[in-house]
Amino acid sequence: MSNYAVETKDLGRVYKIRGNKKERQERKELVALEDVNLTVERGELFGLLGPNGAGKTTLIKILTTLLAPTSGWARVATHDVNLNPHLVRPRINMVSGGESSGYGLLTVRENLWMFSQFYGMDSKEANQRITELLTLVDLQDRMNTKSSDLSTGLRQKMNIVRGFLTDPEVLFLDEPTLGLDVGASRDVRKLIREWMDADKNRTLLLTTHYMVEAEELCDRVAIINKGRVLACDTPANLKRNLQRDAIFEIETSPLNGLKHSIFAEQAEVKKAALTEIEGGARLELILKEESALATVINILTHKNIKVQRLSKRESTLEDVFMELVGQRMEDIEKGGAE
Amino acid sequence: MKASDSLTFATTKKVTGWRLFLKTIVARAYPRVIGQQRELSWVFFEVFLPMLAVSAYVFVYRAIGAPEDYVGFVVVGGAMTAFWMNILWSMSSQLYWEKETGNLGLYIMAPNSLMAILLGMAIGGLVATALRAVAIIVLGSLLFHVQYSVSSFTQLLAVFFLAMTALYGMGMMSASFFLLLSREAWHIANLAQEPVYLASGFYFPIKSFNFWVAAAASLIPLTLGLDAMRQLIFPSGAALGFLNVTIEITILSLLCVIFLVGAKFLLDYMEKLAIREGRITESRR
Repeated sequence: MSNYAVETKDLGRVYKIRGNKKERQERKELVALEDVNLTVERGELFGLLGPNGAGKTTLIKILTTLLAPTSGWARVATHDVNLNPHLVRPRINMVSGGESSGYGLLTVRENLWMFSQFYGMDSKEANQRITELLTLVDLQDRMNTKSSDLSTGLRQKMNIVRGFLTDPEVLFLDEPTLGLDVGASRDVRKLIREWMDADKNRTLLLTTHYMVEAEELCDRVAIINKGRVLACDTPANLKRNLQRDAIFEIETSPLNGLKHSIFAEQAEVKKAALTEIEGGARLELILKEESALATVINILTHKNIKVQRLSKRESTLEDVFMELVGQRMEDIEKGGAE
Repeated sequence: MKASDSLTFATTKKVTGWRLFLKTIVARAYPRVIGQQRELSWVFFEVFLPMLAVSAYVFVYRAIGAPEDYVGFVVVGGAMTAFWMNILWSMSSQLYWEKETGNLGLYIMAPNSLMAILLGMAIGGLVATALRAVAIIVLGSLLFHVQYSVSSFTQLLAVFFLAMTALYGMGMMSASFFLLLSREAWHIANLAQEPVYLASGFYFPIKSFNFWVAAAASLIPLTLGLDAMRQLIFPSGAALGFLNVTIEITILSLLCVIFLVGAKFLLDYMEKLAIREGRITESRR
């Protein structure tokens, strides 16, 4: 048997959708995950990157024994999540972004203590660890505050402490910085990195749709869209595949109805994405060769569109995603939420 | 202290088996026993308001010249309604709320038993509600000068224990049932509230009913529990009792088994369904 912290083979999940009264006879199906093959090494901080509705949460739910797969299998800490959930559960924990778990009438300490008891921790040890962890996340002065009185950011810090408290072999964080402001997100990311660095046997699987988060935190990243894993590698390797290409950002005057497809149709242009900005538009291009830029500029000039700023930049995970999916993640999310 | 010191834990010893079961019960009872007392509004909503209903019945019985024991019947019935309200709104609907807040997923994912979670909810609810019930009894007895004459403390304790076990067993069973029904459960809870007040004889002896109506009402453990308690604490209770106390104790014992086994069965079914369909742990927020 392998020694991976997480391993999946041809994992799939199909939801049966109940229609409205007229459609009750028809059983619609939604493929949330399809043929997912992943391995996560012990000690790895692994990221699942994808837009809302990509299947990230479904995968996390399967791995945390909350949902059965409809095909394939998954193992966590070497145990099959479907056949032996009782062996998986003592070894894992999960925190979701924006969750409101616990009870508002209990204090921060009491909520954390309660969850520690569900894992069989010694009360004294749990309380000692709660104090240490809350001190670490600067929540020690709120220890005796009712959790209903905490702000979203502070509440999320409490939730993350809940995840760390039981010292799981594998910790799952589902969009841990969702809805947090910049400062709180930075604190949470720092804490995650420190937790991983403190013990090399810990494994953390994190889902996010923030590229920066994946790039900053993860040892490896799997890009997932429409239930399929499109690529899986280190952020550096994923970007390296794009190094041969030239990536440009052009800010222009208003495009007067010009569509991005006119650029995407050019043979030398690999991908093009357009965003409307104040006073004009921003065009992001992945070109096979730098010389292709002349073609793009010609099109703009021909349409009387002024180039206000032009810059070449290094590839990012956003570019990798656009290259793989054909759209920017932001544009996919505008098209429909999970 | 450095971050790495706080985050490097010595190996944690975690208990399993029955010790984990007990720890889970205590931990899940805690929010009800301690947390619920922090909102002092309970004194108004759960003691003062029920006292108004009790007072109304007392004044009606006194106005029509009913035997004085009827006043005691009403005070005891008023106290027991607190348990029924707790079952209906805090036990039965609790798993639905746990789903909505995200707790249910965490409960399923943790290595503990869901049955221990439900038992913790039940014991916590029972203790917290007993405080309210005692407050109603004390207040009602003082206000209306109720005289008690307990014929057997042992039987009284047995009846109370069995009635509560069966009642909270029923609450545990309906918690899974309400979760399966999702929001429609609200209508059922609303629908069950007033008819049960009537059928269980909270404010009058159920002997006043036709035998078969009283027998059907006895499916709700409070009906027989209340009837037996009245027989044991009021001089005229035995004459107004529905069945012999020993028979009522036997039936209550059976109801305990039926509801607790039913609760375990439905809970297992709910967990399997949740994992198979992925719907039940999905919050609609």
